[in-house]
Amino acid sequence: MAATARDLSKVPSVITLRGVNKWFGQFHVLSDINLDVKEGEKIVVCGPSGSGKSTLIRCINRLEEHQAGDLVVHGVPLTNDVKNIEMIRREVGMVFQSFNLFPHLTILDNLTLAPIWVKKMPKKEAEEIAMSLLTRVRIPEQALKYPGQLSGGQQQRVAIARALCMRPKIMLFDEPTSALDPEMVKEVLDVMVELAREGMTMLVVTHEMGFARAVADRVIFMDRGEIVEQNEPEEFFAHPRNERTKLFLGQILRHG
Amino acid sequence: MTDMPVGERKQLAPPVDDSGPFGWTRKHLFSSWGNGITTLVLIVAVAWILSWFLEWAVFTANFTASTGSECRGGGACWALIREKARLIFFGTFPFEQQWRPFFAVIIMLAMLITTSDRRMWRPWRLLAIWSIGSFFTFLLMFGQLHIPLSLFLVVALVIGGVGMFFRKAIAQAGEMNTYRALAAIGLVGLVLLVLGILPNWKLPIAPFSYVETGLWGGIPVTLILATYGLLFAFPYGILLALGRRSNLPLIKGLCVGFIELIRGVPLISLLIMASVMLPLFLPTGVTFDKFLRAQVAIILFAGAYIAEIIRGGLQSLPKGQFEAADAMGLNYVQKTTLIILPQALRVVIPPLINTFIGFFKDTSLVLIIGIFDFLNTANQALVDPAWAGYPGEVYLFAAFVYFCFCYSMSRYSKYLEVELNKGTRR
Repeated sequence: MAATARDLSKVPSVITLRGVNKWFGQFHVLSDINLDVKEGEKIVVCGPSGSGKSTLIRCINRLEEHQAGDLVVHGVPLTNDVKNIEMIRREVGMVFQSFNLFPHLTILDNLTLAPIWVKKMPKKEAEEIAMSLLTRVRIPEQALKYPGQLSGGQQQRVAIARALCMRPKIMLFDEPTSALDPEMVKEVLDVMVELAREGMTMLVVTHEMGFARAVADRVIFMDRGEIVEQNEPEEFFAHPRNERTKLFLGQILRHG
Repeated sequence: MTDMPVGERKQLAPPVDDSGPFGWTRKHLFSSWGNGITTLVLIVAVAWILSWFLEWAVFTANFTASTGSECRGGGACWALIREKARLIFFGTFPFEQQWRPFFAVIIMLAMLITTSDRRMWRPWRLLAIWSIGSFFTFLLMFGQLHIPLSLFLVVALVIGGVGMFFRKAIAQAGEMNTYRALAAIGLVGLVLLVLGILPNWKLPIAPFSYVETGLWGGIPVTLILATYGLLFAFPYGILLALGRRSNLPLIKGLCVGFIELIRGVPLISLLIMASVMLPLFLPTGVTFDKFLRAQVAIILFAGAYIAEIIRGGLQSLPKGQFEAADAMGLNYVQKTTLIILPQALRVVIPPLINTFIGFFKDTSLVLIIGIFDFLNTANQALVDPAWAGYPGEVYLFAAFVYFCFCYSMSRYSKYLEVELNKGTRR
């Protein structure tokens, strides 16, 4: 870990997975996952489709239920207890591949909804936070429009701002640039890089290897429901050890 | 033009539209021999039917005869409508008191029209409009209302409870205390009532003579059955639809069972059950008003249909909307009321209004159990031997009145679709 900006070994873990397993019917989508995410750590998860990478991060805020093993987020064990789930969801923000903005609400209302209803924040305060976040993702002028009137890149930046509005400790990104037109990928990645520089703990499922090189503390490669290999980005790309990793990297980097 | 550098080329105007009234006619009506002939034939046919109808309904019609036998000349006998208008509109409601149903209808129409304006869609505003409006509607119809203490207590409890729940995030401390006080008063009062410590006082409001529901008839009956039927069936249908998608097997089973049971029988059989069979099962001495029973039957029936329509809307929403709401930490009620229903209901406006129109007309089935709705009172107008022989006029008139209501609903549905989708879709 010599190449990383700071020594993460002494930092406490904010997410811990121990022997996490999940099946979709007969299909073993996550098998025996062990993972520690340190506070402020940025992890990029990659792997072929169907490798379980999305399922992995969706288990962390209980969009998917893991069937075996222990999952602790920010000191709260993730169980079937609704209280725990709600507590975890407050601390964990999520950005989806297909944005999932609420089309019937304005951008501003999309942002203030959770602070007002979940955190019981006064409306005015929530709107101030929302506007400052929209400024940060560089689209304050769109606040009163509806999601359908924005481009994909703008919508995804709104989605990031919406997640940040809850002041989360951890951010999950599920292929945030995969549904975007190529010319819009950069504007979203720029926002994510900025966020990373500010010290947010981030788990990002993506194939944007440039992003991984730029900000990741660790790259995790998953295949067939297992973590096959993990390493800091320089090593990971330069000297992949596992055959499956080499094959995968060969496929996605050939044209990149 | 072609050798101009890219990017400096002028935007071209669209091809000139040479339509105009003459061009349009030629293009759309006489574009070929076949089309031209078809157009001419249809114009002649329409003109012939229209002239025949106008001849009957206007030119040779009789507007002022005093009995049916005076209606001569083969034209329509509109004098019958004129003579029987009050019977058709208000049925057997005491004649000299018929200003009461008249104003009741005005109040109901006013409630419906104000509610249709989107700016009125604030819970408290709607609650105020409908509780005050309904109070006066039924005061006019019944003439006397004896409001029991228990009703006040229930209202206090509901307002307090709803306020405490929905305004939790937004309300000031004073407002919250009011809700808490209301809920507490309602709850304590009801408990005391049930225990028999507090007598169930009745507040009599009796400005007019009492008219029982058996004497009600005509337009107010149709309007009350349809309006209150759908007013209650709508939230009930929403609950059924949500219940049908529930993860809890018992709730899901109950909702599915209810919906399938109700959809499996005709409305008429449900009405007959409500009017004939229900009293047999009730202990002696307990009676429900027949009108109320029909009303409840309509609510149950409409609720099942509305539930299925709303379920369609719920299923049309992408899964991502549910997931985004979950990921934010919204609880089930917040997710449903803030994210899911507003979108789902928007999608189902056309089929929903279609069902509303259907039920507005289906209320006429209550004639089977002897309730005099508008169609039934129109029928009564035909019974008078002095005016025998002009059913066409009466039914045409009834059809016209129904059409006015249904067509307004249809237009309103169109307006709602446009209004609600403003800005939300490109």
